[in-house]
Amino acid sequence: MKDEILLDVQKLSHKFFPARKMEVKAVDEVSFQIRRGEIFGLVGESGSGKSTIAHCIMNIYQPSGGKIIFYTGNCQERRGFFNKKDMAVQEANSIDVCDPKEFRRHRRMLLAKRQIIFQDSSSSLNPRKKIREIIAEPMKIQHIAPVRGSLCAEAEYWLNQAGLDGSVLEQYPSELSGGQRQRVAIARALAMKPELLVADEPIASLDVSVQAQIMNLFLQLQKEHGFSFLFIAHDLLAVKFLCDRVGVLWRGKLVETAPSKELFENPCHPYTKTLAASIPVPHFRLRQEGDVW
Amino acid sequence: MSELLEVKDLSVSFDTPQGEAQAVRDVSFSLKSGEVLAVVGESGCGKSVLCKTVMKLLPPSAKIKSGSILVNGTDIIGYQERDMCKLRGKLFSMVFQDPMASLNPSIPVGKQVAEAVKIHQKGLSKKEIYKRAEELMRLTGIACPEEHMKWYPHQFSGGMRQRTVMAIALAGNPKIVFADEPTTALDVAVQAQILDMFKKLQKKLGMAVVFVTHDLGVAARIADRIAVMYAGKIVETGTAEEIFYDARHPYTLGLLRSLPMYAEPKGELYTIPGMPPSPLSLPKGDAFACRNEYALKIDYEEEPPMFCISDTHYAATWLLDKRAPKLPAPYR
Repeated sequence: MKDEILLDVQKLSHKFFPARKMEVKAVDEVSFQIRRGEIFGLVGESGSGKSTIAHCIMNIYQPSGGKIIFYTGNCQERRGFFNKKDMAVQEANSIDVCDPKEFRRHRRMLLAKRQIIFQDSSSSLNPRKKIREIIAEPMKIQHIAPVRGSLCAEAEYWLNQAGLDGSVLEQYPSELSGGQRQRVAIARALAMKPELLVADEPIASLDVSVQAQIMNLFLQLQKEHGFSFLFIAHDLLAVKFLCDRVGVLWRGKLVETAPSKELFENPCHPYTKTLAASIPVPHFRLRQEGDVW
Repeated sequence: MSELLEVKDLSVSFDTPQGEAQAVRDVSFSLKSGEVLAVVGESGCGKSVLCKTVMKLLPPSAKIKSGSILVNGTDIIGYQERDMCKLRGKLFSMVFQDPMASLNPSIPVGKQVAEAVKIHQKGLSKKEIYKRAEELMRLTGIACPEEHMKWYPHQFSGGMRQRTVMAIALAGNPKIVFADEPTTALDVAVQAQILDMFKKLQKKLGMAVVFVTHDLGVAARIADRIAVMYAGKIVETGTAEEIFYDARHPYTLGLLRSLPMYAEPKGELYTIPGMPPSPLSLPKGDAFACRNEYALKIDYEEEPPMFCISDTHYAATWLLDKRAPKLPAPYR
């Protein structure tokens, strides 16, 4: 199960054209794989192309080169996402999401099976909708029959999964705190039962103690639901704690990929070394065993 | 007097449509010249309000309820805007979190630094002003300032913008610099550079810095002394060593334990249960009691005073009282 590849990114490039005759290579021939049930971390400073990769994977940007191949799971589960006409397509189990034709053919399935959580939860939740509507909306769009009776019950179930209780259902995003809003975004993404969850700096704008809560939640949910998880962050310590494997991005290039333990014990690329050295680490000691206050 | 700044029993509250929000409650601290004090706490605990109160930059809805702010022994609590103008920039200045919001996007940065120089040092010729501005920008680590002075803020990177704001803050040779989360918007590598710059300048110019942050790692890197704030109160204060190696308040311990650095990968991080209380309706007794695993009965009745642990180390928790039961402290 663990060695089966879910997402294969091959020589992905993306260029921006901020002005005439000006070209910025945001992502330059990046290749990596995400296996099923794995947490893959991407780290790098701002401007290194982390978010661009996430956007390419989610088909928000059309990459200027390379392939992103998404391997779909068993056919039984996918049946609901196809018309009868597309029986032949159903058999295909790898989809290049960068190919517009192929993307269009599998659009519904892809949109459901890949979910993203953004950094700024206040701008990714519709301020005019209640939390209940926000979580139920993707299910409505995808015509997913609610397993738990009604969409409202479904919304409440997923909110509970994300560590919130039903009392927020009738509230608006502006009434919630940052940590709570991020939990709503997580609930909304998980309600679609994704195979791939992409989180673009989900904890960067939260407080230290809330960050710990959200990281625990990610780990627990990942264990429970077994989705693959692409975790993008600039906080190396969070990545070390969460991820199985880590890729280090530097100016659009992937300079190092390694299992997270190896990467932190023995960073090879000079950039990884500087990055590891610049984390402000407080050396601290909690009280000794047997100490009283 | 060696105390440059002394704040005593300061309370600040905001008038909101929902009622009175107590942002800062009975805060006392002091600052010696040439010292770095880090104020650490979660968002909404009143760290920024504390800085802005000393600078008198609060909105009209805020009210200073009690307390005194002594600068070199003079109380400035009753100062009007006119008197404060003379102090700002010369005695203390401030660096904010988002440099793009503090810089004017339509004026070259060199001119903005020069403007600050012009205000603080009267009687200089235009040439001298620009020379001084260039000097300030070089001081804060901007490479070839004579070239970069002509640039606009949007052409600068986040780190360079923060350096520019720092140059402006230093224009009046302040004795105290308030830095309100200056590195939050930056990524780790740049953050480390900016922190090193702060430390270097602080030593070179011998100024005192009040560094507001929510990141204990940042505080460890820069601070001599640390004050931990929770729900508008300073709950523990001590030197950096005392806070990191001998924390006494359960909240400080909770913050330290929730850091991922020494946690077992894929294990479970410690989290402080519950949410911080709203400043509109603070509970009776210790505001931290309902989240505290070690809460005693008295925590729900009466607020704990500051208990002295050493000359520099104080913590506000009833657990330090002589009559408290001897509970085992968390350890790793």
